Amino acid sequence: MTASIATNQTILVVGGGISGMTAALEAAECGKQVILVEKTPTLGGRTAQLYRYFPKMCHPTCGLEINLRRIKGNPNVKVMTMTEVTAVAGARGNYNVTLKVAPRYVNENCTACGDCGKAVTTEVADVFNYGQGKTGAKVKAAYLPHVMAYPQRYVIDPSIVGTPEGEAAKSACKYGAVDLGMKEETVQLNVGAVVWATGWRPFDANKIQPYGYDRYANVITSVEFERLADPHGPTGGKILRPSDGKEAKNVAFIQCAGSRDENYLRHCSRICCMATLKQTQYVREAFGDEGKSTVYYIDIRAIDRFEDFYAKVWQDKTVSFVKSKVARIAENAANGNPVLHGVDTEGYHRYATEHDLVVLAVGMEPEVKGVKLPDDIVLDSSSFIEGSKDGGMFGAGAAASPLDVNRAVQSATAASLKAIQVIHKSASTEAA
Amino acid sequence: MSDLNTQAVARYKNNFLKEVEERVEDGHWVKMCMQCGVCAGSCPLGPAWQHSPQKIFMMIRAGKREEVLGSDSMWMCTSCYNCIVRCPRKLPITHIMHGLANYAHRLDLAPKGQPTREIARLFWDNLVKTGRVNELKFSLAMYFKDGFAQGIKNAMAMQGIGLGLMKAKRLNPMEIVGGHKCKDIPGIHKMVAKAREIEDRRRGLA
Repeated sequence: MTASIATNQTILVVGGGISGMTAALEAAECGKQVILVEKTPTLGGRTAQLYRYFPKMCHPTCGLEINLRRIKGNPNVKVMTMTEVTAVAGARGNYNVTLKVAPRYVNENCTACGDCGKAVTTEVADVFNYGQGKTGAKVKAAYLPHVMAYPQRYVIDPSIVGTPEGEAAKSACKYGAVDLGMKEETVQLNVGAVVWATGWRPFDANKIQPYGYDRYANVITSVEFERLADPHGPTGGKILRPSDGKEAKNVAFIQCAGSRDENYLRHCSRICCMATLKQTQYVREAFGDEGKSTVYYIDIRAIDRFEDFYAKVWQDKTVSFVKSKVARIAENAANGNPVLHGVDTEGYHRYATEHDLVVLAVGMEPEVKGVKLPDDIVLDSSSFIEGSKDGGMFGAGAAASPLDVNRAVQSATAASLKAIQVIHKSASTEAA
Repeated sequence: MSDLNTQAVARYKNNFLKEVEERVEDGHWVKMCMQCGVCAGSCPLGPAWQHSPQKIFMMIRAGKREEVLGSDSMWMCTSCYNCIVRCPRKLPITHIMHGLANYAHRLDLAPKGQPTREIARLFWDNLVKTGRVNELKFSLAMYFKDGFAQGIKNAMAMQGIGLGLMKAKRLNPMEIVGGHKCKDIPGIHKMVAKAREIEDRRRGLA
């Protein structure tokens, strides 16, 4: 099916987050044929999971909507969700790509009415809200990934296929959209260039033993905190801590949780300082002057124009800064408060400070770390994608380097241009 | 001031960091410290020290030579290696602390009578004499390091343990006369002297 439309003039973009969408759109709007593949059931990636952007504190949904409109309106982009690349053969200008398409169990007839979700009682971890982590958020086994999901189509979790629950979802659908007989498919594609926009994942906080993410309920990660602040999140936008659901008014942020550490991630993840400065403002918004944020840091890396935002947060009376990498966290068993131990660098004072909630500003690691990529791909020492030796595949966005949304979009545009050049070159070679 | 110290001051003037880099074991790592404070916070003996490793490293860079070499901190390290394990820049902190202690001792700037330093000195002297540690003489030397009266008191306090060790054949009272030793004692002395010579040459202390 899909194979027929793809030729060596086609660009394959792997990953449907903000970088992949950008790379795909830039090429498509230059008149190139693009196939955009995404592993999960929806486009948007980790950007869609953010509550606000720094430094303007605007909502990612805005830009997401614009990009989705561009995609819907452009016949040059073909989107394939629930699709992974399993193999890449060939060379620059002429790759043969193998894709694996997982069954969604819901076809194009879906109107996202939600009847299947109502008919089902089984719940699974809500991945969008980091439900496998501290938020513990659950979602029905027939679900829409999130309100802005594209395609706006439900997904049936494979765990209920072949059970009465699956049948219930099927019979609840008025449009014949639930198709429990769907099977995994393999698709072969011919493409000229590949943009790897496979993005990032938060560093596994369990590995940072002294911080006790695995032991203390009220130690969470920055991505989880983002979901707590979001009205679409598991707490409806209230900053409630996991142990007892109490409002967390005294929040500690620990920077470089994993990053800049030879034991974990050797690179600086670049975004975490700004993300924390942004999140201190969530605390202020939620509790006004009663809220209190404490940022434990090695250095605040608010680069170029972000310095203004840092200066603004510095003025905020509810936010204080402690120049120290926290050595370890203990727990006050009486009230479940995490207790932070360390020594600060400005005066070398030893502290043991109690907070309601600790947010670990976890680093970014490439989503493809540990994944077998085509042999030709060159990775840096942190497994970010530098490109391919034959010059026909490119890393884009957070797959190429730890980047914020703004810079990821720039990186994706650059990668798209390089891919277009490959297509042009192979086209002119064929013509000659 | 010892001769070695006078020479060092003349040679390095105000550049103490360079002195540490060239003369202290693993001293070249000091400049890699980014002052995050994890070592200081992770040290189980932290509150008992005058200066944490983090602070020592900053003092070295600031050229606080007398304070660093006269500090008791390096001597308090129990080699638990918590700091090395957690250091985000993989500085061999424990080894640097030991290197600093050793260098301070060589220049005779280390705190006088610091117990760890005294024990280390007694142990070394005991060991190199015969090439074997004479545990009985070493224990007695420790008991009596603060004078005769204190030594008797210490010996009385420890006599139960001493007798127990003797019964279990872990302590031989006959060690008091001569004791076990290496076959080639002059050879051992030559070896130690040679090692010292090589090390001094490498560290510019010759």
